[in-house]
Amino acid sequence: MDFNATLIGEMLSFAILIWFCVHFIWPHLNKAIEERQIKIAEGLNAAERAHAELKDADSKVAAEIKQARLQASEIIDKAQQQANQIIEKARGEAVHEINRLKASAQDDIASMAQRARDQLREQVGALAVQGASKIVQREVDASTHKALLDQLAAGL
Amino acid sequence: MASEPGGLTEYIQHHLTHLTPHVSKGGFWAVHIDSVTVSLALGVLFCLWFWLHARKATAGVPGKGQAFVEIILEFVDGQVKDVFHGDRRILGPLALTVFIWVFLMNAMDLLPVDLLPYITEKFGIGHFRAVPTADINMTFAMSLTVFVLIIFYSFKAKGFGGYMHELFTAPFGKHPALWIPNFLLNVVELLSKPVSLAMRLFGNMYAGELVFMLIAGLFSAGAGLAGWALYGAGIIGYTVWGIFHILIISIQAFIFMVLTIVYISMAHDHH
Repeated sequence: MDFNATLIGEMLSFAILIWFCVHFIWPHLNKAIEERQIKIAEGLNAAERAHAELKDADSKVAAEIKQARLQASEIIDKAQQQANQIIEKARGEAVHEINRLKASAQDDIASMAQRARDQLREQVGALAVQGASKIVQREVDASTHKALLDQLAAGL
Repeated sequence: MASEPGGLTEYIQHHLTHLTPHVSKGGFWAVHIDSVTVSLALGVLFCLWFWLHARKATAGVPGKGQAFVEIILEFVDGQVKDVFHGDRRILGPLALTVFIWVFLMNAMDLLPVDLLPYITEKFGIGHFRAVPTADINMTFAMSLTVFVLIIFYSFKAKGFGGYMHELFTAPFGKHPALWIPNFLLNVVELLSKPVSLAMRLFGNMYAGELVFMLIAGLFSAGAGLAGWALYGAGIIGYTVWGIFHILIISIQAFIFMVLTIVYISMAHDHH
């Protein structure tokens, strides 16, 4: 079998075919490939971003929880202080009231004792006059001896 | 071309002769060295190509080569997923192999029909057919492998008893008088699968190759101005048929793959 221009014609056609592939088939494939690459790259980026955001949010949440805990303990401290203050104040008032009541009771007692003493003194005076009059068998004029009797009573 | 009918006939006959060792020429044990060589070379090419990309595969942004391989893989896997709802670990790679291998072998059709024979003749080899899928031995080799897989998966999915039961009772019914018709129909259906699979691919590729040769006949069809006009027509015709053939080789590879998937997934189905 001899080879001739047939092969050259076929090669020319083949060259055109290759040109056709280069211009009309390969670009489509290449576009699909590049789109796929972009899609994958974007997906990976998004995943990484989401990951970072999650981490960020996590640390933010942790910080906030810590802050909240701190605040809560501060509030508790303050409340305890306030409670202590209230208790102290109440105790102070109570002591004060007790002292006041005690003082007034003592005053009462003192004044009552004084009155009783005064009455006693008067009665003693009267008894002394009666006793004296019995001794001298005659009426002691209370009015004439008033000064003497008062002196006696004050002496008791 | 009418001026030299003998020349064209001889040209085509020469092109349609396989390379076979002289010792075995003609008999059943003849081996078409050209089909075997080209198909093996393309098979190795496919394996190396995908293996290299699979080995370097990254979970990050893929390179262009990896992206291309991924697109093919996803496409094939999608086709399998659509039809077959089972474990795809065997059927997926099988479909991928069928698709790429058949496509590559079909693509040999795009090479100028005289190119490889021209090169081999320099080494003293007179006959060389570059398109393995235009060799009925090649297409039947693949379709019979698929046939064996169909039988294998039928037994595997249904068990011996189940498959026998299906062969004798479907599609007409369980009545004993229907056993023989059922069986005969099932045998015909079963055998038609590899035959149609092989003949379709072979017919398309053989016809495509023949058309290339007929157009190539235009290159040496005339003399003088008419000859040059025919030469130009030959280039245009050859190119147009080549572009159209890109479609044919892709579609044939796709059909072979899809039918393989369908047949094997049918073997899994219970009737």
